[in-house]
Amino acid sequence: MLKRRSVLQALGGTMALAAPGFMTRLACAAEVPLTTGLPGGEYDTAVLDALPGKKPLIKLSYRPPNYETPVSYFETEFTPNDAFFVRYHMSEIPTAVDAATWKIKIGGEGAENPAELGLADLQRDYEQVELPAICLCSGNRRGLSDPHVPGVQWGLGAMGNALWKGVRLKDVLAKVGLKKEAIELVIAGTDHPPSPKTPSFVKSIPVWKALDENTLIAWSMNGAPLPRLNGAPVRLIVPGWTATYWMKHLATINAVTQPFDGFWVKTAYRIPTGKFPVIDRFLTQEAPGSTPITEIVVNSIITSPSGPLTQKPGKPIEVKGIAWDGGYGIANVAITTDGGKNWHDATLGKDVGRFAFRQWSYRFAPAKPGSYTVLAKASNHIGQTQADSLIFNPAGYHNNVPRPLNITVA
Amino acid sequence: MRAIAAFFLLLAGVTPAIADEKPVALKDAPGRETVEAACGACHSLDYIRTNAPFMTQQTWQAETNKMINAFGAPIPADSVKPIVDYLTTNYGVAK
Repeated sequence: MLKRRSVLQALGGTMALAAPGFMTRLACAAEVPLTTGLPGGEYDTAVLDALPGKKPLIKLSYRPPNYETPVSYFETEFTPNDAFFVRYHMSEIPTAVDAATWKIKIGGEGAENPAELGLADLQRDYEQVELPAICLCSGNRRGLSDPHVPGVQWGLGAMGNALWKGVRLKDVLAKVGLKKEAIELVIAGTDHPPSPKTPSFVKSIPVWKALDENTLIAWSMNGAPLPRLNGAPVRLIVPGWTATYWMKHLATINAVTQPFDGFWVKTAYRIPTGKFPVIDRFLTQEAPGSTPITEIVVNSIITSPSGPLTQKPGKPIEVKGIAWDGGYGIANVAITTDGGKNWHDATLGKDVGRFAFRQWSYRFAPAKPGSYTVLAKASNHIGQTQADSLIFNPAGYHNNVPRPLNITVA
Repeated sequence: MRAIAAFFLLLAGVTPAIADEKPVALKDAPGRETVEAACGACHSLDYIRTNAPFMTQQTWQAETNKMINAFGAPIPADSVKPIVDYLTTNYGVAK
């Protein structure tokens, strides 16, 4: 039988190790950093919860796992891997992946020489490329649609910026040889639906986008292997386009000569044709009423201060945030402190790449007592800017309406 | 000692569960068990709670139809009305 003192010592040691995490979870349960304007049910359902290999993130659904990144993690240029959002469509997700034996099968009727490539083949036979790019879920901000629309009720954090390392998809396709009749590449991973009747998450991308020099097969994220929940061992990187095309656990690539007719392209992930100011179009899948979502619209958020506050007259305040777009590059972030009457230029941070987050900041010292409404509005190098009011669409995509921060001076 | 032991047990209970799906409670009302079985077979029930309370009878019906027709949910025909009624009453708004 253990003596009382040794039990206490043993417990003390365990508690010293376990207590920080335990206390974090207790503290988090009380305060989930959700933005305003989400459906009411989200506020009493979302919790901070840690998936394997991840910090506590905002859990929107357990199965399949859909976890968003708290906005505080966007204060750095690159989003840490262990805080990067997690999004799955299907509940049967790979619980273990073996990079050493992983194979990507490349073929289809539009390919000349079908091939099977392992990670070692990619790392040995092709030029290695590094590229900073944001991975942004098409449904990011769906929860802020007005009126609300069904789906995962994402707030602001279904996105992240990372430095990806891999090989160009076009180099790999050059080895396989695409026939001139090939129009799309059908891509699939290894997550599976719970029922054989449920359409597996399979996507396609136009050949021209696959051949873009920035489209990569990546195995590394911020200098480390991809986290399992972000697509290990290899995922597709489609810079500028929403993450629906960034296939995780990439296992098959099939070149096809007819438009792919899978549910996740034909029915899901579509926007009303012509309603959004996007340049890139997926024409082999476009219909009069709807068309596949493609590039990310220009957008921004305020990351700090994290919410409304009250301060004394004349006290300086630094408003900070990030801006991004579909890869044309951020040209300007305009700031208003009076709800839109007057606009001023924010100071842009370091340009780490046209597909990446661009940090910005704006300092001012409101002197007069009263209420100040701060808004940020980003513009890109082709003159696109954030929408003043919501362009409603049934899936809640592309919401880039500036979100107000209220500062009270008293 | 009892308090410490209880705390230890609590830790033991909490820590391994972090990675797991925790039960998501739905409102206790007629139809709850049917909903839990039909919807919970393929996804966790937090989807229902977070998609509330803005859905109407019509949109809950459409969502249920989508689960059956597009996603192949094996929901018997005679369960559809109890499911939609439960969701509308407990997680919906009047049109």
